[in-house]
Amino acid sequence: MFMPGANPAMLRDAGLYGADSLMFDLEDAVSITEKDTARALVHFALKTFDYGDTETIVRINDLNTVGKLDIDAVVRAGVDVVRLPKTETAQDVIDADEVITEVEKACGREVGSTGIFAAIESAEGVLNALSIATASPRVRGIALGAEDYVTNLKTQRAYGDNMQLYFAREMILHAARTAGVAAVDTVYSDVDNMDGFRAEVEHIKTLGFDGKSVINPRQIPVVNDVYAPTEKEIQKAKEIVWAAREAEEKGLGVISVRGKMVDKPVIARAERTIMLAKVSGLIGEEDL
Amino acid sequence: MGRTGGRAPGIGVILSMELKQQAVAGTAESSDIMVTIDPVGGDAVEISLDSSVEKAFGDRIREVIAETLKNLGVTGVKVTAVDKGALDCTVQARTIAAVYRAAGTAGEFDWKEIDAWNA
Amino acid sequence: MATNNIGREIPDVYAEQFGTYGSEFENVKPYSAAAKTVCPRKPGESKLLDSIHDAIVKTGIKDGMTISFHHHFREGDYVMNMVLDEIARMGIKDISIAPSSIANVHEPLIDHIKNGVVTHITSSGLRDKLGAAISAGIMDEPVIIRSHGGRARAIERGDIHIDVAFLGAPCCDEYGNANGFEGPSACGSLGYALMDAKYADQVVLVTDNLVPYINTKISIPQSEVDYVVKVDAIGDPKGIAKGATRFTKNPKELIIAEYAAKVMMASPYFKPGFSFQTGTGGASLAVTRFLREGMIKKDVKASFALGGITNSMVELLDEGLVGAITDVQDFDTPSGASLARNATHLEIDASMYASPLSKGAMVNRLDMVILSALEIDTDFNVNVITGSDGVIRGASGGHCDAAAGSKMAIICAPLIRGRIPTVVDKVTTVVTPGSSIDVLVTEVGIAVNPARTDLIEAFKSLNVPQFTIEELRDRAYAIVGEPKPIEFGDKTVALIEYRDGTLIDAVRNCK
Repeated sequence: MFMPGANPAMLRDAGLYGADSLMFDLEDAVSITEKDTARALVHFALKTFDYGDTETIVRINDLNTVGKLDIDAVVRAGVDVVRLPKTETAQDVIDADEVITEVEKACGREVGSTGIFAAIESAEGVLNALSIATASPRVRGIALGAEDYVTNLKTQRAYGDNMQLYFAREMILHAARTAGVAAVDTVYSDVDNMDGFRAEVEHIKTLGFDGKSVINPRQIPVVNDVYAPTEKEIQKAKEIVWAAREAEEKGLGVISVRGKMVDKPVIARAERTIMLAKVSGLIGEEDL
Repeated sequence: MGRTGGRAPGIGVILSMELKQQAVAGTAESSDIMVTIDPVGGDAVEISLDSSVEKAFGDRIREVIAETLKNLGVTGVKVTAVDKGALDCTVQARTIAAVYRAAGTAGEFDWKEIDAWNA
Repeated sequence: MATNNIGREIPDVYAEQFGTYGSEFENVKPYSAAAKTVCPRKPGESKLLDSIHDAIVKTGIKDGMTISFHHHFREGDYVMNMVLDEIARMGIKDISIAPSSIANVHEPLIDHIKNGVVTHITSSGLRDKLGAAISAGIMDEPVIIRSHGGRARAIERGDIHIDVAFLGAPCCDEYGNANGFEGPSACGSLGYALMDAKYADQVVLVTDNLVPYINTKISIPQSEVDYVVKVDAIGDPKGIAKGATRFTKNPKELIIAEYAAKVMMASPYFKPGFSFQTGTGGASLAVTRFLREGMIKKDVKASFALGGITNSMVELLDEGLVGAITDVQDFDTPSGASLARNATHLEIDASMYASPLSKGAMVNRLDMVILSALEIDTDFNVNVITGSDGVIRGASGGHCDAAAGSKMAIICAPLIRGRIPTVVDKVTTVVTPGSSIDVLVTEVGIAVNPARTDLIEAFKSLNVPQFTIEELRDRAYAIVGEPKPIEFGDKTVALIEYRDGTLIDAVRNCK
């Protein structure tokens, strides 16, 4: 979930709404005159508030402006992931990687423990998606930032049109899958249109995205709902995972469930289903 | 780090920030505090607080501001704070941001030092 | 100092006078209803008077009397200020006032108190500057805070004896037939005023909309009315509509509302013919909307909706999802208009709404109610009257009445407001005892009263995070820190009556 880094109440409440990761924005959501104060707020928020297992991300400013100061503030505060805005090339990632490494060393944090999330928000970035995704071992995921991207393409968002972002989404998905990192879809700005939002989430889930960026807590239950597996899917996945465990214990090469042979991608999908069911609160550890 | 790297003192070294101008940080929104720093010279530290939660947390907020100023090595200052229910960490963030602004080094926080206070 | 059954300290003098709270229904027993003195009318006599001044002269108001008002105009009320200003001008002192509630607009009361014109007050609540002044101790006698059902009971049993009631009447004829839903100052139901009309010795209707005899839509009948005064304006329509709450976009309130609706629908009471009250707090309109979706999806219709009414309930009535609305007060213009047009939208008085000593109040028939809280403690006691600084700023309303009568009372409140925790060790002031409260809904999850093992069982598979109330308190304190206890003085500035007339708490002056 995106939220402005300049708002103390939102920073305090961010953990309440069940988002998988929280992204505090120091970039576009913070006016140029409040970059310093927001940086301090986010630093203290990260150090103070208990966000539990939720992943914390901070979107920093461009390294050529105050991005380095942002990295210093948030890496020291223990942020999980630094989100780079408007990533155009692999070099952007490498530059950020170097700054992060420097701060990690300076503050005694394990080098490499801070992740990078690269937001791709331009035509050039989309075409470089694979090299961006593979530019550093820190890269945890790549995401489409559609608002800037469509502007760059000289058009504007057309909600409900599944073709408009098709190329960018596929490029990012393919790059992410090749690099073995997460692919996260862009935000849906019309917070009052819950039906449109749900349709878009269903669409990007079908494409293969790992998740969706949200800008309002109200959108979270929709994403969780769409991504939550059905009872039938969970049951099937459980059977497959159990069979796989059993096969492993017995050293069997071939796994079969209900007389049907099951191969590796099916097991991987089943494991993912179980993981989603767990995070959706549909099953507990004891169910496995 | 970067521009701050050159003069970052080690842990335990008391900063002494020189205030050059009046500065403000924070907003009047709920859960925030607006901190105004006025360099007045001398050694005194004067804090005047107007808080929507004065009875429950007024003393605590004044204590956090005073401690933060002490840690930053700031004296000769008048602080005017208007609070709308800010938490301790917000009070600290706003006070520090205002002092750095007043010192003409806005945003170049010495986190190594600052984090050492709360360790 | 006496201690009541929930551990609250009540000064001996008041404990003796009122009795101390024991349990919810122990004082619900037979009694003799209050009587009134009636001045009957002969043919040919007019009731019409030219001014408030004439009404005060004619009714013979003198030092030490009790007069009353209704609060259906909320922040738009002109009547109470008009009458008290005139009483003050005429040099009358030591007046007791018994309005159904008091709004910010009644700030001039402060001067009337200081000048000795008003010496006793009973009300549902006190707001802003008046609340602060009372909390500072400007009155010699404590204000008696009564719930809406408690006020009805007090009037029925004679605990409050009203000498003269001045009732704003938005639509009225010269002989005193009146309703509240027509005219420039329309407010909808006159539910609270109906009590005063029935029980006061003398009733003065104050109107800005005199219609030809006979006004055929009658809420207050001529047979209960002594005088009619025509004035330029009895209320400010903008202020009257101030009770209107817009559908919230606040994500916290929406989450609370969604959880609350889920709790309602997962309860054993959600079945065809159920009944509910959702009130007007921040989340309540949204609760009604989420509930509506569930009712449609599961094809469950309600028999009636109760209480203070908003447009969101009228929509349910118009859609046929609710069989009837029983309405003691309207919070917006559309709900008042519905009362005029819908045969199944019924105006009820405060006694029928909530009195514990009526022959059966609507709250007794209520399945579920949504209520708010300024504070709730780990015993589920609720405070809706004093702020975190100990100053009186809220109103009792129908809180303890609906909570006691309903099968499931749900408190909707954020875990914290700014830096102030809502879930606390001990509430500053108890208005509703924890034994009446069944579920607390916050934005982080719910807590069910451990006494309700049946509900805990019913909610086992409910997809809402569940905690003990102690866990919720700990979460709140972890975020904001533990607040410094409020320092009170020794003077009792308000007595909190439970609906049966015993004292559930007392409020001391603020230092």
